[in-house]
Amino acid sequence: MGNVGAKEVPTLLTPEGLRIDGRRLDELRALKVTAGPLHEADGSAFVEWGANKVMAAVYGPREVHPRHLQENNKAIVQCRYNMAAFSVDERKRPGLDRRSQEISKVIAEAFESVIFAEEYPRTSIDVYIEVLQANAGTRCAGIVAASVALADAGIPMVDLLPAVAVGKIAGRIVLDLKKEEDNFGEADLPMALVPQSGRLVLLQMEGHLNRAELSEALDLGVKGCRQIYDVMKQALRDRYAVRPEGHTGGAA
Amino acid sequence: MSDEVTAEILTTHILDLAKNGKRLDGRGLDDYREVTVEPGWVASADGSALATIGSTKVLCGVKLELGKPFPDTPNAGVLTTNAELVPLSSPMFEPGPPHPRAIEVSRVVDRAIRAAETIDLTKLCVTPGEKTWVCYTDIHVLDHTGNLIDTALLAALGALTHATFPNQRFGVGTTDTPLEVNHYPVECTFVRLGDAIVVDPLVDEEKAGQGRITVATDEAGNVVAMQKGLIGAFSPDDVRDVVERAFQHGERLRAVARGV
Repeated sequence: MGNVGAKEVPTLLTPEGLRIDGRRLDELRALKVTAGPLHEADGSAFVEWGANKVMAAVYGPREVHPRHLQENNKAIVQCRYNMAAFSVDERKRPGLDRRSQEISKVIAEAFESVIFAEEYPRTSIDVYIEVLQANAGTRCAGIVAASVALADAGIPMVDLLPAVAVGKIAGRIVLDLKKEEDNFGEADLPMALVPQSGRLVLLQMEGHLNRAELSEALDLGVKGCRQIYDVMKQALRDRYAVRPEGHTGGAA
Repeated sequence: MSDEVTAEILTTHILDLAKNGKRLDGRGLDDYREVTVEPGWVASADGSALATIGSTKVLCGVKLELGKPFPDTPNAGVLTTNAELVPLSSPMFEPGPPHPRAIEVSRVVDRAIRAAETIDLTKLCVTPGEKTWVCYTDIHVLDHTGNLIDTALLAALGALTHATFPNQRFGVGTTDTPLEVNHYPVECTFVRLGDAIVVDPLVDEEKAGQGRITVATDEAGNVVAMQKGLIGAFSPDDVRDVVERAFQHGERLRAVARGV
C-alpha cells in the first residue's frame, strides 16, 4: 500500500508465523500510558506505544476561538493532530498537512460522540495531540492519549476511547501494525471503540479485504481495544488512587 | 455562520420517518437515488465526467502533465486528488482555504482510487527517477444536496475511464493514447437515523444523523476503503451490514460509471 514502485519489500511474516518484531498475529506492541504529565494543561497524557511517542493535552471547557464556531446548546470539540518535523525519517514540513487535517476532523468527531457536550454550552473543549516520534498507528496512539487526557481534565464522557489499527500482512489479519507492516502490508484499518456500547466511533480503512477478512479484522480490533482499555484505566488509577494513610510523596 | 441550523423539528421529523421506514423524499431506507455519469463534459480536460446522484452534481476533470517521480518511488507515476467545495454549490460552503470537509472528501475519494489500484502507477512512468506522468484529478462540486463522497468518486472514475495521455501537447507522440483503468472502485455512503441506517443520505439526513459511514468496494469483491465520519457510532455488526449493502449498490454504480 502506498509503495507502488518502491525499491524493496521486506519479509513481514516468518515461516513460524511471527512478525518482524517477533510478535504473534494478535499481539499488541508494548504500551505505556502516563496520565497527567503536563502542568499547564487542564488534562494531559503521554503514550509510548512501540516506537511511537505521543503527547496529548486538553484545555477547557473554555471560551470558543474563533467565536463564530460557538454553539448555544453544547460545547464544541476541537482537535489538532500534529506531527513534529522530526517525528519521521525524512523531515516533515511543520504544520498541518491534509492528512493531519483529516485525522484531526475524524478524531474530533469520535470524541464528540462520547463527550456530554450539552453540559457545557457556548464553550470549546480543545484537544491537542502532538506526535513526537512516529512508527505507524499514531492516530490511534493520539486517541488513546487524548482520551486519558480528557478524563484527567475531568470532562464527562460516556467512556474512554481505546483505539488500535488492524491490518493485513502476507495474507493474514494482524493487530497493531508497526511501520514496515503499514508501509508494505495489504490493508490498514484503524478504529476506536466505546467499550461500554461495543460501538465504533472512529473507523477508517485502506487496502484490500474481502468480507470474511473484514469481519475478522473488526473482531480482532475490538479485542485489541479491550486490552488497551485496561492499560488506560490503570494509568488513571495510578494517578488518582487514594494512597494509604502515612503515605509520603506525590501531590498533596 | 457556516452550517445553517437544521430546525430541531426537522430532525425529529426525519428520525420519526426513519422509524417507520420512510424518508423525506419518499425513498425507502435502502433506496439509492438515480445515478448518472456523463463523460467528456469538459473539452479542455484530458478526461472529465459530470456525475449526478439525484440532484447532487459533481464535475471532475483529469489533467495529465509530465513531471518528476517522488524520490522514494522512482518507478511510479504520481496521482493527486483534490476536491473544491465551491460556495456556488451550497449555502453551507464559504470561500477561503479548504475546509476540513473538503479535505475529507478528496482524501476519501483518493484513498479508494489508490487502494483499488485503479491506475497502474508504474505505467505512468516515462523514465525511472526522472520523468513521469502526473495525474491531477480535480473534483468540482456544483450542487450539494447530499452524499458528496459517492458522487465525487463516480465523477472521478468516469473522468479517469475516459482520459487520454496528451502526448501531442507534450511533444512525446503523434497521437494521444488512452489511460488504462484496471479497477472500478465505487463508494457507498450511509447515515444512521436512530436504529435505522439509510443509504445515499440527503443533506438534512446527514445533519440529523448520528454518524456517517462510507464503504468503497471493487469489482472483485474487496472492500478497499472505509471512512466513518460525523458524530455517532456503529457496531461491528452495523459495519458488516453496510458492507453487504455497499456491495449490492456498488454493482449498479460501477456499471453507470463505466458506461456499460
